[in-house]
Order: sequence, then structure tokens, then C-alpha cells
Amino acid sequence: MRTPLRPLAHILRARAEGRNPDLIEAENRRLRHEAMHEKGQSRASARLGLMALVFTCAYATIGVRMGHLAATAPVEPVASASGAEIVAQRADITDRNGRILATNMTTSALYAHPRDMVDPKGTARKLQEIFPELDAAALERRFTDGRSFLWVRKVLSPEQMQKVHEIGDPGLLFGPREMRLYPNGDILAHVLGGYSFGAEGVHSAEVIGTAGIEKAMDARLRDPAEAGAPLQLSIDLSVQATVEEVLAAGITMMNAKGGAAILMDVRTGELLALASAPTFDPNNRPVPLVSKDAEPSDSPLFNRAVQGVYELGSTFKIFAVAQAMELGLVGPDTMVDANAPMVWGKHKIKEFEGKNYGPLLSVTDVIAKSSNVGTAHIALMVGPLRQQAFLKSLGFFDPTPVELIEAPGAKPLIPKKWPEIVTITTSYGHGMSASPLHLAAAYAAIANGGIYIKPTLIKQSGPATGRRVLSEKSAADARIMLRRVVTNGTASYGEVKGYEVAGKTGTADKPKKSGGYYKDKVINTFASMYPASNPKYVLIVTLDEPVNTMGPRPRRTAGWTAVPVAAEIIRRTSPLLGLRPQVEVPVQTTLTAASN
Amino acid sequence: MRPVLYVLSFLALIALGFWAYRENYATQASLREVRGLQSQIADLREALSVQRAEWAYLNRPQRLRELVDLNFDALGLMPMDPTQFGAAAQVAFPVPEIPAITGPIDTQGSIGAVTDTAAAQAEAAAAPATEEGL
Repeated sequence: MRTPLRPLAHILRARAEGRNPDLIEAENRRLRHEAMHEKGQSRASARLGLMALVFTCAYATIGVRMGHLAATAPVEPVASASGAEIVAQRADITDRNGRILATNMTTSALYAHPRDMVDPKGTARKLQEIFPELDAAALERRFTDGRSFLWVRKVLSPEQMQKVHEIGDPGLLFGPREMRLYPNGDILAHVLGGYSFGAEGVHSAEVIGTAGIEKAMDARLRDPAEAGAPLQLSIDLSVQATVEEVLAAGITMMNAKGGAAILMDVRTGELLALASAPTFDPNNRPVPLVSKDAEPSDSPLFNRAVQGVYELGSTFKIFAVAQAMELGLVGPDTMVDANAPMVWGKHKIKEFEGKNYGPLLSVTDVIAKSSNVGTAHIALMVGPLRQQAFLKSLGFFDPTPVELIEAPGAKPLIPKKWPEIVTITTSYGHGMSASPLHLAAAYAAIANGGIYIKPTLIKQSGPATGRRVLSEKSAADARIMLRRVVTNGTASYGEVKGYEVAGKTGTADKPKKSGGYYKDKVINTFASMYPASNPKYVLIVTLDEPVNTMGPRPRRTAGWTAVPVAAEIIRRTSPLLGLRPQVEVPVQTTLTAASN
Repeated sequence: MRPVLYVLSFLALIALGFWAYRENYATQASLREVRGLQSQIADLREALSVQRAEWAYLNRPQRLRELVDLNFDALGLMPMDPTQFGAAAQVAFPVPEIPAITGPIDTQGSIGAVTDTAAAQAEAAAAPATEEGL
């Protein structure tokens, strides 16, 4: 109830008593204001209280939820749709057409809890029956020496697992395992490398790469962000299998110790085949040789194509000639001094079998006939500094950048000093060692018109970019010369109808460990590109200690050993690569009109 | 009026409670089913990867080569050869069949008649002739 400010009874009484009635009004107004003030204050404090309560509740809810989330183990959302999930912990490796090169299989590991074992002696004996490589006595000793845990085998086949189940001992237990499988056996073994188990637990074990691309790309293969997307290599499995087959046959026929073959796309830098023989099975990787006097190349694990750092012989001659043409010092028809033997200080530079192609020889014939003396004179025109810079630009001074763990370790052997005699010997491929893969990359630069492209094992989407090391013109002239080597020179067995093979042979004596060179041990190399008019592929074939015994006397030059093998590889792989043979225009035999 | 409202809201409460109870159990059943399906999917995926590995193993080049050698009598397969490439231009066109001329051919007449015949022939060519046998 609202009280009036001037209640009539009070006013009248005040008037009668002669007091000021306005005081009554003022007093009432004061009381009314006080009441309003009090009411407002209590309402405000109630609202504040409510706000405080709401905030407290909200914060408490968030706090409790956070505490709950922190304290509980993470759980996968059950109701989420399952999309591209990671099936295996390590991604597959496929070839360029998606054929599987390496994949994963689930299997089991066998471990034992000896304290739970009913019959340790019988179990040990039965286990030895299943796994002949285990020693029953040793196993029994370990089952009974009081330990509580013991690994028996890392990987079991389903049949072996069933047999272990049939033993029926409660102390034998299985742990799930993922193992790596290379379904193609020994094909591409050197590229794939191998695997082993890293940190092992009962419920799972890490699968890690131990060599090759498995180790070089280990982080990519195990990256969960890639969601198990397979790693696609540039290798073509059919081509690789054919190259390995032909190379192995060639090694047998040429009585060689080993060999390597590299097939590279000159525009993209993709390696379509990379073979090294002898090879091994990556599913069952052999142990490396430990003997002191064993050469690394004696082991099948040795990748001759990448790790094999050899003196590559006359295949280097084209670099000296191409550079001299690039610098405008010579043209294809310039006559150069080729009078053998050439005497330089106390060194005598001779031709193969003491021949003499001189006194003068055209630059094209220097390459076609593989004249050491002619090349030496051309290299001297170029000079040591420019020669070094050019070889460096072709990648001969650094390890190859290919995606193999072995690649960075295979550094080319470069002479420390570079006097003119080194310029001479390097021009025909002696005194400096590089791997066949270096040679493939350098030849690809000549083949694609003068651009150095890094060789790669990963599938590329298009032509690669690189730095220009030669002009189009010099590269084209060099290709014409290399074609002449096959049509008129040392590599006549390299001719494959329709593919215009161009290339250069190289024969280098193997260096002895004690210094000097072997007389009857050589490295034969054939570096080729085809079709010469517009090269698409570079093929390098290297044979280690070959000897062709088909003729009356043993032949150890590349023209008789590596070249026929390379020609067979070209003939067999080109149809697989879809490379159509060109119709070559036959040379017209011209008739001269004559009359008597 | 008010008691009716009370009764109605009470009934609604019971209905909602019943609905929530049913939804809860339906959700739990669905989650169980999803869990089962997901483990089934995982199993199938694993089986698929094993089958892919087996496919790759059975199609390894070495085995195919051996099989081709074994069945050479039946298949006669040889390695691919550069001479096996062909071009579409190398395929000959089928030889058109020319019908035998059985009726007499008139070689006499005026020029007007010839042009008339030409016009008639053009017409006949537009509508494919069916009197070849006549």
C-alpha cells in the first residue's frame, strides 16, 4: 500500500498545532526513498548472487569435464564412419603401375611364460621338432632357470602356429605381429633393401627398414599423416624383371662376377629399372660379410649400380668432347692430333692394343674409334679447371641424390690434385671413379638436350626441371657422335633395329688393392641412349670381370661383353615401355652413270 | 482448467521419459552393432590386404615366366618383340563388294536423255537402290 505524501489527518493536525505541514511531506518523501533504495539494493544483491551461482556452476561443469577427460583413457569414437583408415603401421611400396613391391602381413610371434609351463622338457623337445633351428637342450635350460618371460620366435607361419597350438602347453603364448612381405622375391632387392623389428612388445612390434629405400624413406612409410597411402616408385616391375633376367643371363654368358644395369627416363629422371647382380631375397636378407679381406662387392647385398664406384673408362670421352664443342674449341669434323703413343712428362698414353689412329683424326672418329690420345688432346684444350667445373656440373663430384640409404655413402673417388696428367687420364675415364648411376645421370643430360636432371626412384608427374650444362646444339652433336659409335665404331653389337641406339663403350682395368692394375680383370661399361634422334631412355650396363670366350681368344672389351647384353635389354624392354620402333631410312646405294 | 493442465503435463512427462528410455537402449544397440561392423570391416580389410599380397605373390614375374615356359605347347607365348608393333594405317580396308552386272547397259540416246538419266541416277543414289538383282 502506497502511503500518501501529505496525509490529510496529519496535515490538519499540524496546521492546528501551527507546525509546518511541508516537513511532514519531506519526512514521508525521505521514508519512501529509503524504502525504494533498500528494495533496489536487495534486488541487486540477489541478482549478483544468482550470477555468481551461474558462473560457479558453469566453471564447475567445465572443470569437472576437464578433469574427467584428463583422467580417462582416450577412446575412439565408436559411431564415426570409417573412411580411409590405417590398416597397417607401414605403408606399402608399389611400382609405377601400382603393382605391389612390399606389403604387410599379420602373423604371430611366439613367447613363453616358463613359470606357467606344465612340462618344460617335453615342450622344448616338441618345439625343436617344429623349428629345427632351435636347440632343445638350450631351450629347456632357459625354460627352467627361473625366468618368467622368454621370446621363442619372432615370426610364425600359420602352419607352425597350429602345430604350437597342438603342443597345448599353457606357458606358450602368441603375440600379434606385422611382418613385411616382398612378394616378388629377389626382384628389385637392392632398391627395396629389407626390414627388421625395432622396439618389441608382446602386443606389437615396430617394423623398421634396414636398407635401401625402406630405410631411406622410413619416416615417410611410417608417417600416420599419410594414412597408409602406398609409396609409388618410378620402377616398372615388368621392365625390372626383364632387365634382371637379361642381365643375369649376360653375366653367365660373359663369365662375369657381377653386373649392374640402370634404365633411366631422360626427361623426368625416373629410374625405370635399377638392377644389380648377384642379388638376394629381401624376405630373408643374408648377413653382411664380416671377413676382413672380403671385398664389399663380394656380398650379394652390394648394390653395384649405386655403391659400385668404378673407373668407368672410355664412356667419359664424350664429356671432354661435348665440353670442347660447347666452348667452341672443336666441331664434329675438326681434325685433332691422335698420333699414338703420346708422351706427357714421364707418362706414355697409348691406344688399345698399341694401335695408332693418327696422325690426325676427326673429333667424331675420336669417339667412334675411342682414341685415348685424341681425347687427351681435346681435354688439354679445355684445361683442368673448366674440365673439373663441367664434371662437377654433371654431378660427378657428389654422391647421387637417389632415395637409397646406400647412395650418400657412395662418394665418387676424385683425385686430390688436378695436374694436367689427371686432366688427360680423366678425359678417358681413368684416375677418377664414379658409380654407374652417376654415369646414367650425366648421359641423360646429353640425351635430353643438355639439362642435368637428378635421378629419382619416386614416380614423377611430369618432366623435371634442372640446370643447363650443355647447349642443345652441343648435346645434339654429341648424340650424333655416339650414334656413330654404334653404326661405325666399337659398339656395333649395340645396334637394335628400329631403336637408333647411340652409346659409348668403356673398358677399365680393375685396380689392385696393393696398387697398380690387374692385367686380366676389367670393368666393362656400355652407356647408351635411344632413340638417338629424340632420346627417351638412357641405359647403362656394367659387367664386373667379364670375359667373352666365344671367339678363338678371350675378349675383355666392352664391345664384346656389355654391348650385346645392353642390346638385348633394349630389344626386350622397349616393347614393354611402349616404345615403337622407328622406320630407319636405309642408306641409298647410289649408282654412278657410266658409259664406255 | 488448472488440474487438466497438471494431468496433461504429467502424462507428457511420462511419455517423454518412456521415449528417452527407449532411445537410450536403441542407441546402445546401434553402438554395439557399429562396433561389431567395424571389427568386421577391420577383419575384411586385413583379409583384403592378405589377398592383395597373395595376388602379388602369385603374379610375381618369375612365376609367370615359369608358367609360360611350362605351358609353352598350349600358349606358345614368346617375349614381346619390337616387330610386334603395328599401326592402324597398316590395316587394309575391306574390299568393297561390287555387284555383278547382269542387265544390259544402254549406251545410246540424246544428250537431254543422258542428263535426265544422270538426274534420275542421282535421285536413285539418294534413295538406296534395291533392284540390284533385276
